Amino acid sequence: MDIFLNLVEKNGLIFGFLVIGIIVAFSELFSKKVLNSKIPGSAIAIFLGLVLGYVGGVFTGGEKGLSDIAIFKGVGILGGAMFRDFAIVATAIGASFYLVRKAGLLGMISLFFGIGLFFFMGVLLAYAWGYRDAASLCTIGAGACTYIVGPVTGAAVGASSEVIALSIAAGVVKTIAVTIITPIAANKIGLNSPESAMAFGGLMGTSSGVAAGLAATDPKLVPYGAVTATFYTGLGCLICPSLFYILLEMIF
Amino acid sequence: MKIIYGVALLALSYLIGQWLGEFFGNLLGINANVGGVGFAMIILMILKEWFIKNNWMSPDIDSGIDFWNKMYIPVVIVMAASLNVKSAVSTGTLAIVAGAVPVVVSFFVFPMILKNFHKN
Repeated sequence: MDIFLNLVEKNGLIFGFLVIGIIVAFSELFSKKVLNSKIPGSAIAIFLGLVLGYVGGVFTGGEKGLSDIAIFKGVGILGGAMFRDFAIVATAIGASFYLVRKAGLLGMISLFFGIGLFFFMGVLLAYAWGYRDAASLCTIGAGACTYIVGPVTGAAVGASSEVIALSIAAGVVKTIAVTIITPIAANKIGLNSPESAMAFGGLMGTSSGVAAGLAATDPKLVPYGAVTATFYTGLGCLICPSLFYILLEMIF
Repeated sequence: MKIIYGVALLALSYLIGQWLGEFFGNLLGINANVGGVGFAMIILMILKEWFIKNNWMSPDIDSGIDFWNKMYIPVVIVMAASLNVKSAVSTGTLAIVAGAVPVVVSFFVFPMILKNFHKN
């Protein structure tokens, strides 16, 4: 056992790969068998991650969740700022200027509209819950955009670890809400064509929620929704810690 | 072998983007990285288009970037696991409200956007 623990500590990052693999496998299985794929495996895995982060906090009293437990240190490396931002940048490969031009004005309008709407509603709710400093308000507003914009913004404006975790939780709740409501509401809101799917992806933003929700509505719409949704996170990461943060700083 | 070109291209975009983010942060005097990730994404998209136009793109290069593209959800999962969730939960219902309420509102706003801006 000692030899094993020693090995794990020496190869933290590699052990981290194995740990995520197990978390994802369990989540996919749970999503399929128990929930009939109503909530995507990725959303469950992220929630499970948050639960493990909670457990880590309870056991160690530390600030870095699961990675405060010695054998899970490698998990912390993989989930740290460097790998996180690197992987997020890589998602831009799924979008192209050609498709953006095709998505056109409607997609652009809904993108900006969506980011503004989610951000300021998030800020308003955070304000109602008693937050008064620009960094926390900005991070929670960004978390209402997506669970990526939240932590990226939080890291950029120097928000506390708790607020960043809160912003991720809000983003995950959003993903689940979009996933569940999309197939139910699609017909009523006129979500039935490639153009409307592009607008929808721009407004809602959360790529996994939009992709999962559209897949349950009409698989043909998925790439159209994803095209604009992919930009949401990038644009959010650009606007939230800059323009929106400066705006909030002026108010608070 | 060429797979490293993909990873290197991604690394180049990442570093230039982060540098721009730091640069603009300094310029605006807010001592923070301003949208470095967003800049990096735009740079990667432009570089990719440029590579495709010049016929430099190959499946190997693409898969070097695509590997990290597909790793983003797993990375987000471990990121979630290495956060101070315990403190976040004790702040209560805000995460659920801030996550769900704007979504519900957006479903009501969506038909209005379609009606007003979908001309062609």
